[in-house]
Amino acid sequence: MTMATAQEIAAEEFSAVVTKHRPQIFRFLLSSTRDIDLAETLTQECFLKAHRNWGSFRGESSAMTWLMRIAINLQKDHWRNRRLQFWRKTQTNAVELDEASDWLPSGERSVEQQMMARERVAQVGKAVEGLSERQRTVFLLRYVEEQELSEIARATGLNEGTVKAHLSRALARVRAELGGKR
Amino acid sequence: MSFKDKTDTVSAAGEKLTPELDLALREFRLSVHAWSEAANSRPRTAIAAGRRKQVWRLAAGWALSGVLVAGGVSAGVWEHHRQEIRQEIRIASAHVAEHERLAANERNPQIRQEDEDLLAKVDSDVSRGVPSAMEPLAQMMAGDVTQ
Repeated sequence: MTMATAQEIAAEEFSAVVTKHRPQIFRFLLSSTRDIDLAETLTQECFLKAHRNWGSFRGESSAMTWLMRIAINLQKDHWRNRRLQFWRKTQTNAVELDEASDWLPSGERSVEQQMMARERVAQVGKAVEGLSERQRTVFLLRYVEEQELSEIARATGLNEGTVKAHLSRALARVRAELGGKR
Repeated sequence: MSFKDKTDTVSAAGEKLTPELDLALREFRLSVHAWSEAANSRPRTAIAAGRRKQVWRLAAGWALSGVLVAGGVSAGVWEHHRQEIRQEIRIASAHVAEHERLAANERNPQIRQEDEDLLAKVDSDVSRGVPSAMEPLAQMMAGDVTQ
């Protein structure tokens, strides 16, 4: 096999990976940052980094776990650089806070049920906002991306026990937020 | 995979999800998915092109200001260099003029004659100034020569 052919195959493989995993990476970054433009930028950076290192990816973990690990590091760097300015900014903007709740599918529910559902989503969003960066990452990977604990552990570089501990604290906060509003 | 399927795993992690909490988490997940899908499928070409144009404008602006600064600096350096050359030419011209003036003086016959007369006068004054005590000796020596 010639060098050019190998490169073409690698490019095709990578293209397939982008098509398959881009929506999930974008969704995780969007729920983490709650900023569409920023999430898009970080998603692009994530795949750019992945492309540069695609040759050294050995497939020891799944491509998704590997990409998620890159995305987590990117958003971690972003928070470090911005020193949580974004969250401070959005705290003053009620419209931004309820962004996710605006997109709740209505389904077959009544208007009242929809309003209650919106309220619950907003409460969960508020609780997530108050979590530490690590708790938030673990919470979103578990309850938005529906990843297994072992996957989360691999993606975050934490052991499963630590993941459980973060998840437990995050849930306690959500539970308190939902309980406090009733 | 639904949240109902995950409840056992979460319980294994030491968490028991109440139906209400389970419902709230499920709704939160659905809303984030819907929001993400909507954001992902929104048209982005115009924004991207606009941004690219802005980047190009910024780059062109920097390049132009770089050229202007470089031009200004090199013009200043060139002007300074020209002034130095002019100064050197002026000094050299003054030297040449002085040299020529001296040479012209040397060539003037009247001035040369005056100098020679002055020297002759000095010589005769010196010869006339021989001390009187030596005069007889001088005459004897003159007589010896005639004999």
